[in-house]
Amino acid sequence: MSKLTIGCFSSLVGSMTTDFVVKLAEAARKKGHDVDIWLSGNGTMLSKKGQRSFKDYSSLEKTIKELVAGGINVTACEACAEARGYHKEDLIDGFGRKSMDWYLASCFSADRVLHIGGE
Amino acid sequence: MAIKKIAFVVDKLPYKTETSRLALTHAISSQTVEIHLEEDENITPVLAFVGEGVLNCIKDHKASDVYGITSLESHIKNALLTDIKVLICEEDVKRFGLTADSLIMDAEELGADITSELVPFDTIMEEMNTADHILYF
Repeated sequence: MSKLTIGCFSSLVGSMTTDFVVKLAEAARKKGHDVDIWLSGNGTMLSKKGQRSFKDYSSLEKTIKELVAGGINVTACEACAEARGYHKEDLIDGFGRKSMDWYLASCFSADRVLHIGGE
Repeated sequence: MAIKKIAFVVDKLPYKTETSRLALTHAISSQTVEIHLEEDENITPVLAFVGEGVLNCIKDHKASDVYGITSLESHIKNALLTDIKVLICEEDVKRFGLTADSLIMDAEELGADITSELVPFDTIMEEMNTADHILYF
């Protein structure tokens, strides 16, 4: 079993990149790997609760909650979140909020890092 | 002692998006990563500017006056102050008609001991080849 760290910096809505991150994390977990997801920049919004589902947009809150329940670690950048008016109480239960050094520490112990940049 | 090298490679324009800023802030956060690691573990960051990313390194930013935010110049200087190796791709600098005189090459006023290095792309490739992980911003 290996560890995969995914850094996701792209938008939740308006980009399908975040969908790819979630699908990749799900696939890696099914194969028995540990997965850390770091959400930074616009990517932090994936960890915000109360996302409303529209048919025009993909909806990831339910899937990502199931993945966290299944052992995936999802942590959002605290500064990026606060800058977007998204506070601690808005965080989905079971998700983390940390400073950027957490991502580097996760990279340290990862066998592979997939860094998916922002726009 | 386990040390891992992480290469932060920046090819995005300054200010157009927050991407290059996030590259800098993540690289600088390596200074506090030890709090999450074991005693004998650490990270060596390398920051490399390539392609349009070299435009982040033009000196005399006015971000504070124009946008009311910290400049990427101040972040690059903080990176130098914290002894982060800063590499700027020589070929791309030439491609934009720039010279070392127009670039942020030091942070002497802050007391930094090291300077930015204008290097051939091959040197940056070597840094990437020897890095444990590459974060491409």
